[in-house]
This record gives sequence, structure tokens and C-alpha cells, in this order.
Amino acid sequence: MSAPRTLSYGEALREAQAQSMRRDGDVIVMGQGVDDSGGIFGSTLNLHKEFGEHRAFDMPLAEESITGIANGAALAGLKPVVVHARIDFLLLAMNQIVTHAAKWRFMFGDANRMGVVYRGVIGRGWGQGAQHAQSLQALFMHVPGLAVAMPSCPYDAKGLLTQAIAYGDPVVFIEHRQLYGMKGEVPEDYYLVPFGKARIARAGTDVTVVAISQMVEVALAAAEALAKEGISVEVVDPRTLAPLDEETIFASVAKTGRLVVVDNGWTVCGASAEIAARVGAHLFESLKAPVERVGFPSLPVPSSHVLEAAYYPNWETVAAAIQKAMRRQVRSRAAGVQDDKGLRESW
Amino acid sequence: MAHSSRAPSATSPRQHQRERLLWLYRAMLRMRMAEEKVAELYPQQEMRCPVHLHVGQEAVSAGVCANLTPEDRIFGSHRSHGPYLAFGGNLGAFFAELYGKAAGCCRGRGGSMHLLDRPAGYWGSSAIVGGTIPIAVGTALEAVYHRKNSVSVVFFGDGAADEGILYESLSYAGLKKLPVLFVCENNQYATNSHQRARQALDNISERGPVFGVPGVRVDGNSVLAVYEVARESVRRARMSGGPTLLECDTYRWKGHVGPVGDIPMGYRTQQELDGWVARCPLRQFEQMVFAEGVLKQSDLDGVKQGLAREIDEAVAFAKASPFPDPAEMTA
Ligand SMILES: Cc1ncc(C[n+]2csc(CCOP(=O)(O)OP(=O)(O)O)c2C)c(N)n1
Ligand SMILES: [Mg+2]
Repeated sequence: MSAPRTLSYGEALREAQAQSMRRDGDVIVMGQGVDDSGGIFGSTLNLHKEFGEHRAFDMPLAEESITGIANGAALAGLKPVVVHARIDFLLLAMNQIVTHAAKWRFMFGDANRMGVVYRGVIGRGWGQGAQHAQSLQALFMHVPGLAVAMPSCPYDAKGLLTQAIAYGDPVVFIEHRQLYGMKGEVPEDYYLVPFGKARIARAGTDVTVVAISQMVEVALAAAEALAKEGISVEVVDPRTLAPLDEETIFASVAKTGRLVVVDNGWTVCGASAEIAARVGAHLFESLKAPVERVGFPSLPVPSSHVLEAAYYPNWETVAAAIQKAMRRQVRSRAAGVQDDKGLRESW
Repeated sequence: MAHSSRAPSATSPRQHQRERLLWLYRAMLRMRMAEEKVAELYPQQEMRCPVHLHVGQEAVSAGVCANLTPEDRIFGSHRSHGPYLAFGGNLGAFFAELYGKAAGCCRGRGGSMHLLDRPAGYWGSSAIVGGTIPIAVGTALEAVYHRKNSVSVVFFGDGAADEGILYESLSYAGLKKLPVLFVCENNQYATNSHQRARQALDNISERGPVFGVPGVRVDGNSVLAVYEVARESVRRARMSGGPTLLECDTYRWKGHVGPVGDIPMGYRTQQELDGWVARCPLRQFEQMVFAEGVLKQSDLDGVKQGLAREIDEAVAFAKASPFPDPAEMTA
């Protein structure tokens, strides 16, 4: 057993790759800037020195081919981790991710698998703006054949990435730049956090908040504030959006009767819509109030910090949504939905 | 420095062993006869997927694949019966796939545009133009990583040379000297659009050298000419000499998709087609081997009879075999 130890989210990601590379000579890490002195915000730092230039290497500014080459390498038996320092760049590789990797196993009769990890970082921070801070999890969650992992803490950053590398099918692994500095306990030993197994980030009894990626932190802050008002909030972090741990989410909502989904992404057609729909279909009878959703407005990400502050959900907007869910009672289904005018709007 | 060049006409068939000549002929005829069988049966509407036939282009797949081993990795495109059939892809599984049967090479999930026979070196194909090009390069990266002797070969059309992914892939393969053979079957058309309407210059093979990849342009209807340039390219690739871009001039006889011709569509002339039919890769081969006295009519007849039997059995097998169980999709 290893002693308790603290690592940052970025360090945990690096350790996941280093340990996977040590255990398995077929694991490689590739992408623009993987071997430079920044090492993708530290997450690939000096892997090339430790494992050799053939195992951790730079790639040209050619995202579709980088991704296709990784797909081919995976088909032949390597376990590539492709790193995109901004998830926005992944869009140039959609053809290879969505129309090749996601299809390959099924389309060829389950005979071959493509075990490849596409790391993409959501670049929120310092006014990165519309083209460097997108949250695209819903796009990938929509596509059968892709797993989507979104770690929200250092422990999961390591355990989900080791699992992604060992997974055997394509995984879109979405990291959050603002979480890179977050510190937390990370065991030294190699471990896996299984996909499709949510984490109860905070136990509670009055309302369930399903929070994604950086929004877990935000939801925990809202829960802490509302505890003082006597509202007991349960925060569930799904960890992977595909596969989605319906069991844990349903069990929590069955207990609390209320659900707020807080996504680090656009609300329209977002992960929050999917989760709300599934809960609505399965737990109609147990819901005491309509499902609330909090996410990004239907606008590109702005740059000015003043606009950013208005754009992103924060603990106060999340708390307001929780309060709204608490106030709204489905008293009589026949009487229709209660009027909620005058209540504070959430995004 | 990588150069581009035009391949010389093939040497005399007397330079080649009898077994090699028979292999090439059999490979071409296997494609021709299997695809003519597809064309014959297609109107029955039991093969319910689009088919892009290679008829007229057989020399390219045959000439290239004759240099490969089952350890090599072959990738195709939407028009990919050719390399599958040339290199010994299972015929029963081929027809069963077109019929959407459980015994198909992809269990009925792929259809004509997605064929697979890994034991025969056929690693898959993509219906997205250019889609398998970087994937083939990735398999070559793996071959180098594990010090395997495998070469990756990707077949694509002149239309794929419109796509940026070709150039990204050439660039990386050239940079890392990966063992890849980029085989462009230039049949002049992408669907109904002539290369002239899409590309400023008729010079696909010359686009390799700018990425450090030698380019060779060859008569794609001469199976021996293709065989000889591919042999050199494959040999160099196996000796860590890097990739080659091979442009093979050829012509598709049928319409872009489906079992029949398309002259009435008006985008090309009967005269143009006739000119290429006169240069049929099989007929040219037959005339040459007879003229040089290296093979006899009876040799070729033997090949033909054997294939006719093989194809009839494959079709009967495919027709008789069951459809997939839908429950299997989610199992
Ligand atoms: C990315 C993409 N764009 C367009 C198409 C539609 N399409 C299918 S085949 C084809 C023509 C391809 O021409 P070429 O590469 O020369 O191959 P050929 O059909 O001549 O063998 C087109 C445009 C496609 N499948 N994929
Ligand atoms: Mg063409």
C-alpha cells in the first residue's frame, strides 16, 4: 500500500501515461508539442526523455492525419494517446474520429478494434475566447462507438486516463484547463477508474445535482452554501458521459425527487438534455419538480473577463437553479406546471 | 532527393516465371469474373447495397498485390473489390457480404464498400474518399515501431487527390520514411467529374516529391508494368527506403456506381470508352503472352474454368446462407 500523496490534475495525467507506458510497451503518446518544454501544461512533460522519442513525439499541424495515423497504429496493435492542447483542434479530425474510429469495430463485424485515446483540453481561461475554449462533449456523446470521459479531479484524471488507454475502443478524453492546477490525493500505484461508474462527490437528500467536469467544483460550492440554508444537495459526477451510469443517477433522483443538471457546455442539445430526458422517462412518478438545467448560453465563448463572468455558470447561478428546483412542486399533475415567473432565471 | 518519373513499358513476359504470370492473370480474371457476376445478379435486387465496380482497372490491384505477403496491410476505398479479390480475399464471404448475410466478411454490417479479410492481408476500406490513407500510414508507423517487415498499401482514386488528407499523409510518411505504397488509380473521373474540372494540373505522381516521396506514373492497364514498378517500390519500402506514390493510368468501364455503363449520362463519350476497352488489361496480357509464347490458351482456359466453379460455389453459398440475427448487433 502506498502512503497518501497529493498531485495536481496535470501531474496525475502525466503519471497515468507514464505508468501505462511502463506497463505496456505498445502505449505511445503523440501530438503537437508533446515533447516540448511545456509538455502540454505538464501533462506530457519529459515523457520522451523517459521513454524515448519513438514513444512520445511531436506531430505536424495536420490534425486529420495525426488522428488517422493514430487510428491506423491502433488497428495494428499500438495503443496511441493523441493529444490536442485544445479540443477545438479535434474538429479538424472529426472525419477520422466520428466516421472511422467510431465505426470501425461495428462496420467490420467486430473483427478489429481501434483502441485509441484522443485527449482534448477545454482551454477556458485568460480570455481564450470563442475558438479555444469550446466544450464539445455533447458532439462525441452523440456518436455511438465513442466513449467520452471527463475527469473533474486529480484522482479521476489518473484513473480514467489509465482506463482509457486500456479500454480497447476509441475514447474521447476531455480535460479542463482550469482544473490542471487542482490538487488532490492520488495513489502512487497504477489503478483504473472504470467507465460508466459515477462518483457521489457529496451525499445529500433533498436534491440531486449531476455536474460535469469543472462544474463539479462549482456544484460543490453551491451545495456548501445551500447547506447553511438547510438544503441537502447530493452531487453526482458521472465521470464518463458515454457510457453513462444511469443506475447511480436514477438511484439518487429516486431518493431526492429533484434533479438539476449542470453541464460544462451548451444547454441546447447538450449532455444535460440527454440526462434530463432519461431521468424524465424513467422517474416520472418520483419527480417532485421539473428537471432544471444549467449550462452555457447559446453563444460562442466571449473573451473579456467581464463577459466571461456573465457567460459561465458559477456557484450562485447553480444555487439559484437548485433553489428553483426546491421551490417548484408538482402539486397536482392534472393542474399542470406551476407558474415560475419571478424566479431567477438560470442559463 | 525524391523524383517523379514515368515508368518504362514492362519488360518482356519472358523475364517472368510462369507461376508469376499465371498468378497475375488469375488475379485479374478473378476480379473480372466476380464483378461480372455481381453485375449479372445485381438486377435481381438481392444485393441491396451500392456497388462500385472495378471492371477495366484490374491490372492495378493485380500488379501491386503480386508483390505482397499476407503480413502486409492493404487498404481500399469505396471501389475496393479489386484489391480484396486480387489478393485472395475469400469469395464466399465477399458475395455473402454483398447479400447482407451473416457469413459476409463483415457479418452483413459493411456491404460492398467495407470489405475485410485480415488473413489475406486486406485490412479494410472506407467509403469516405481518402479515409484510409492516414490509417494505412498509421499501420506503417506500427510496422516500424515493432520492426516488422510489413508494407502498407493504400488504393485510392484521382478524386482522393483532391482531398487535403492525401497531402498530410504523404508529408508524414515522407518525413518518417514509412513503408507505405500510395497507389492512385487514376481513371480520370470522380463520379462524373473529370480530373481537369477539379485539378489545375494532370500531375498527381509529381506531388509526391515535394513531400520527399518519389512518384512514378505507370500504364495502369499493363499488369507487368504495374508489377515491375510496384516490386521496386515495395522492395525499397521493406529496406527502410520510405514510401512511394504510384499513379496508375486506367479507366472504369461501368458507371461510377451500379452494374451498367453510363455513356447516356453524357459526361464522357462512347469513343473514349471504346479506346480504353480496346486496351483491356486482360486482353493485352493474353495477346502478349501468346505472342511471346510463354503461356498457351489451354493454360488460361484452365484458370478460367477453375474460377467459374469457385465463383458459382461462392454465390450459391452466399444465397443459401442465413441473414444476420438483428439481436447480434447489440450483443
Ligand atoms: C469525403 C467524400 N466526399 C465525397 C464522396 C462522394 N463520392 C463517392 S465516390 C466519389 C468519387 C471518387 O472518385 P475517385 O477518388 O477518383 O475514385 P473512383 O470512383 O474513380 O474509383 C465521390 C465524390 C465521398 N464518398 N467521400
Ligand atoms: Mg477516379
